[in-house]
Amino acid sequence: MNVLVFLIPVSLLLGGAGIVAFIWTLKSRQYDDPDGEAARILLDD
Amino acid sequence: MTIALPANAAPVPAPPDAQREAGQVLLSVPGMRCAACIAAIEDRLNALPGVASARVNLSRKRVTVDTSRPAGDIVRALSEIGHDAYPLDTVALATETDVTGRDLLMRVGVAGFAMMNVMLLSVAVWSGAEGATRDLFHLISAAIAIPCVIYSAQPFFAHAWTALRVGRLNMDVPISLAILLAAAMSLYETLNGGAHAYFDAALSLTFFLLIGRCLEHRTRAAARSSARELGALEVHEARRQTADGFETVPIRVLNRGDTILVPTGMRVPVDGTLTSAGAHTDRAFLTGESAPVSHAAQDLVHAGEINLGAPFTLIATAVGQDTRLQQIARMVETAETARNRYTSLADRAARIYAPAVHVLALATFTGWMVVSGDVRLALNIAIAVLIITCPCALGLAVPAVSTAAISRLYRLGFLVKSGTALERLAEVRTVLLDKTGTLTTPGFSFDAGLLVPDERRIAKALAHASAHPLSRALDRHLGAEAAADLADVTEARGNGISAMADGTPVALGRAAWLGGDGDGLALKIGARIIDLPYEETLRDGVAEMTGGLRAAGLDLEILSGDTPDRTRRLARLTGIPNFEASLSPEAKTDRVTQLTDAGALPCMIGDGLNDTIALSRAHASIAPGTALDAARNAADVVVIGGGLAQVPRLFAVARKAVRLSRQNFGIALAYNAVAIPVAVLGYATPLLAALAMSLSSITVLLNAIRVGRVQ
Repeated sequence: MNVLVFLIPVSLLLGGAGIVAFIWTLKSRQYDDPDGEAARILLDD
Repeated sequence: MTIALPANAAPVPAPPDAQREAGQVLLSVPGMRCAACIAAIEDRLNALPGVASARVNLSRKRVTVDTSRPAGDIVRALSEIGHDAYPLDTVALATETDVTGRDLLMRVGVAGFAMMNVMLLSVAVWSGAEGATRDLFHLISAAIAIPCVIYSAQPFFAHAWTALRVGRLNMDVPISLAILLAAAMSLYETLNGGAHAYFDAALSLTFFLLIGRCLEHRTRAAARSSARELGALEVHEARRQTADGFETVPIRVLNRGDTILVPTGMRVPVDGTLTSAGAHTDRAFLTGESAPVSHAAQDLVHAGEINLGAPFTLIATAVGQDTRLQQIARMVETAETARNRYTSLADRAARIYAPAVHVLALATFTGWMVVSGDVRLALNIAIAVLIITCPCALGLAVPAVSTAAISRLYRLGFLVKSGTALERLAEVRTVLLDKTGTLTTPGFSFDAGLLVPDERRIAKALAHASAHPLSRALDRHLGAEAAADLADVTEARGNGISAMADGTPVALGRAAWLGGDGDGLALKIGARIIDLPYEETLRDGVAEMTGGLRAAGLDLEILSGDTPDRTRRLARLTGIPNFEASLSPEAKTDRVTQLTDAGALPCMIGDGLNDTIALSRAHASIAPGTALDAARNAADVVVIGGGLAQVPRLFAVARKAVRLSRQNFGIALAYNAVAIPVAVLGYATPLLAALAMSLSSITVLLNAIRVGRVQ
């Protein structure tokens, strides 16, 4: 059971990283123009 | 509802100078569709001198330009590459940053993160973790779940509280109760080493329901903001005479007795009497009359008519709340409150569901108290009943379908402005059609078939050179016709234009000015006068629309304010046998009420001010995008793209949406029929709750997606 001492913090840390990344995408307004971002990937520059 | 009529205390659009100082121009470009359009627009604008940056938002079909140049330059640059652009009022739209939407999204993210982590820990418990390990897992779950629930579920708590404060029950009351009780009971069990904790249930409930809320908000916000965009195009200013000339003032500060100048092509801002004869106006929006009207001196003109002739002045006799426009607006508001009392499917379901669940939980609690006498056990089972009754699926049943339906309709070119519009459209039995501007194209077109090619070329050249509204309409009507060469072009303001073509004096203008008959345009070549009779053209897609609606089993009827002759001709052209002509706005409304009382629930399709009361009184209503903003505001659905040909699909999608919503309620009920007995008998476990909740929610969501498959 000692493995839990590492695994639980690790899983919480990863989840935490996920939510921090999500908050960053939201704050940097990456959801304002979903159609546009999808189309821009096709542009060359 | 606010109605942005010219005579209303509407926000004054910022003068162009203020926008230039701010250095930002906001444009609506409805035609953009793909990556190539983004590249073309941004490249073109960034290459303009004086443009710091240009950024396209494809979802909203807008361009934001940081520039020192006036909006007109940008519009011209875009029209060169084939995109129609409309400058938007940056001041009116500045307040529009979607705070609520991003706030909801954040809550969804937090709930999702917490749900997944707690679910991981729960899986361990479900697979048989015991004793200290189970307690530890429950404690960690609590540490994640409690703060996340408090943060994420706030929208539900807030809604439930508003309903409870006025003594009513809505869907959010049982939802909030289930979330709060589940979290509280689980915390208590965790601290006392209990076997069952429902943290994952509280979180997944929050997560699934927030998704529904979030989707619903996004589609609504998009529709609302586009509707506001259309409204920002109208100008709310007037030219008032002062001791030294004319000043531009907002319409709301005008007084009775003021002398007001109405330039060619502009809308009359207030009711008033004409100071001179010879005024010529288009009152199609106001009364439905399709032909232009000539006035004598001292005639009364109403706010909303468009000046087709030379600039004229009038003395205001009624301003603000007293104008005919505002009388109509007030009747619209009365009619709207009546419609707001419509009970939606979701509300009806909530009205049965909410009390039923509470009674069931209470009965379970008392039942187990009587049987076992153990408060903790009875409470545990009662709360399990609250959690397991699938408020999830019920809460998603309607929003999921309407979100899918509304976004499908948005792609077809419909803005759905009201949440209950789809349900009301599905119940409609009769479709009432306005004639002028709805079945026919707004503006004027001409019977130019009488002209020989040479005359057409002269007409085209003259029409192209003139700024007169009727001439401009003729210019558009003649399309790509080659223009003749003209010399000595002189424009008689508001009357027409004269010139020399190959040594012959030619002129184009109002028939009365040139000595012809009638109120329309006339062409004069040498001494010969050719009347260009004004005719109506059907809008594109009218035939498909009437055919489709009839096939859908709907009765059609034309309600027009125009003359019986013109209405009869159009009725014959469209093959609609039922029509009524020369109707006042009130008579149209009476017909709507009459049909409603007879049970043939009507849907009104109209664009003019004379339709607005009928639009807001009818069971459902549709306005074309070219309609007056008062009509667009009163209508449930605005047709912005595709055209009228798509209207039958609007009805098809609405009917399918209602059918799928009902099915979803059926699915939710089926799950409950199995889950409730299990929970009441005390066999519910957190694992069962998680399964029932996820499965029912996913089934409901998948079922909702089927609305996109309407042909």
